[in-house]
Amino acid sequence: MPIHEKSLIRPENLIEHEKLVIDGIDVSGHWSTFIESRALTDYNENLQDEIEALGGGEHISRCWQCGSCTNACTVNAINPDFNPRYWIYLIRLGMESELVRDKDIIWQCVSCNKCTYACPRDVNPEGVMKATAHWLELKGHTEKKPSMVFDEAFSHQVFETGKIEEGLVLRQFLARTGQPLAQPWIVALITGLLRRFPIFYLIRLGLAAVFRPRTRSWGKARAAINDYVAEREAANRQALRLDAKGADR
Amino acid sequence: MTGKYEKVAYYPGCALEGTGHAYNRSTKAVGEALGLEVVELKNWNCCGAMEVKNVDPKLQTYLSARNLSIAQDMGFDTVMAPCNGCYHNLKKAEYDLARDADSKEVNARLSSKAGHRTYEAGKVETIHALDWIKHSIGEEGIRERVRNSLSGLKVANYYGCMYTRPRHIFPEKDKGPGSESTAKPHFMDDILEAAGAENVEYPLKTACCGGAHALSDSDTSTKLVLNLLTTAEACGADVIATECPTCHTGLEMHQVRAEKVLGRKTKVKILYFTQLLGMALGLSPRKVGVHENFSDSRDLIREKGLA
Repeated sequence: MPIHEKSLIRPENLIEHEKLVIDGIDVSGHWSTFIESRALTDYNENLQDEIEALGGGEHISRCWQCGSCTNACTVNAINPDFNPRYWIYLIRLGMESELVRDKDIIWQCVSCNKCTYACPRDVNPEGVMKATAHWLELKGHTEKKPSMVFDEAFSHQVFETGKIEEGLVLRQFLARTGQPLAQPWIVALITGLLRRFPIFYLIRLGLAAVFRPRTRSWGKARAAINDYVAEREAANRQALRLDAKGADR
Repeated sequence: MTGKYEKVAYYPGCALEGTGHAYNRSTKAVGEALGLEVVELKNWNCCGAMEVKNVDPKLQTYLSARNLSIAQDMGFDTVMAPCNGCYHNLKKAEYDLARDADSKEVNARLSSKAGHRTYEAGKVETIHALDWIKHSIGEEGIRERVRNSLSGLKVANYYGCMYTRPRHIFPEKDKGPGSESTAKPHFMDDILEAAGAENVEYPLKTACCGGAHALSDSDTSTKLVLNLLTTAEACGADVIATECPTCHTGLEMHQVRAEKVLGRKTKVKILYFTQLLGMALGLSPRKVGVHENFSDSRDLIREKGLA
């Protein structure tokens, strides 16, 4: 059975009669189990092209479904539903509705690159995961996931000043995701450090938050980067046939 | 093997100016103790870390290439990056600029708009702090210089993801004897063993700590880190030696988080390999920034007579 057809044996697609007699033969319970017939009509024939157009997804069509990516995957070992091979298969078939079922876990790829290391076809599955997560957000299938909030806060600082200040990234991320800064484990980290009294280190970290680290004469690079980001955003929206507001054209 | 990489351009990266300052400090101190000169890249910028590629991968290539162009401007053909993320990104930029026409075009366009030299592939070699010490000093050189042997210290060497994966961006690795391996890296093992340490057989050398999502998916990171820590303890390690500020801070953060959130306490210590090497070379714990680590290794250092 091709791996996408596991959808057919989900509980909601199985029919079973508690009491059923056919031609005088008792087929109650498991004896009457049927897989409900199903016609798929919701293929998105552009799905592979759309993923290919986004950064990281360029080489998805090379995949020959060997499963090395899933076999190597760090997150799969924690959560068996995290299955890059399966998602690549769905994308190549255009099974958008099946893909969207996993919208809340695809973003969890930790970019360890084990899949990209193992892939014999140079698909760059790690890039495909990021492109797919991006696609789900652009299409409006899901809200911005915490990792994208973090990536955007981080990247914005880099584009603005050329460098990042980690304390600021941390505070912005927690604020944007509605989490308190004073979480027990963060407090324990800081107080543990304070007990050893590296006062100059702490002063330096504090100063970095005020006088943010920056690359000198960054203005022209910032302008070039911002132009490029806008250009890419427009190209991505066009590839996904979205208007400026995000709805389907 | 001596002579190679005696004077290199140094790219610390953002983390080494922040939470990874102890790594910055200890790398410089070790270089000085070994008679190796590092010259910091002038006016460098962030390499893109693990975040910018998720906005656009070619932008990350540009950001990394800008740093390589600075090394070229300064007349260097080698840049040394102690941070795995920086090292990986500079290598990746080198790889993409040599092979991918689109990456090359974007880099040329952004570089000229930003008003600096366009970096061309093949001009500058990026090396990790491990390559730098291994190839310029070597095990023999370290053995001669050890003043405070790490003997009796059991070390789990942890390399993380970005130092070896994906293999194709590190063409100098997997070349057999004398080269580094991407399947089973050993340069840190070699260096610390020469400094007297007893390396334990650690099967998770290149497992992932979840660093990219240390904050955004902290439950996953805590699970991954807890696995690294408990395995190190099961292997008999006193300390996990690290060579990446993201891994290092991730291990420290999630060691505390595992205790606070999951109630799982682990005792294994976490130190940068440069801190261990520095103390073996006779530098004080303060000089290698042990007090700047989030985790507290002072008892272990005293107990093993390294202070």
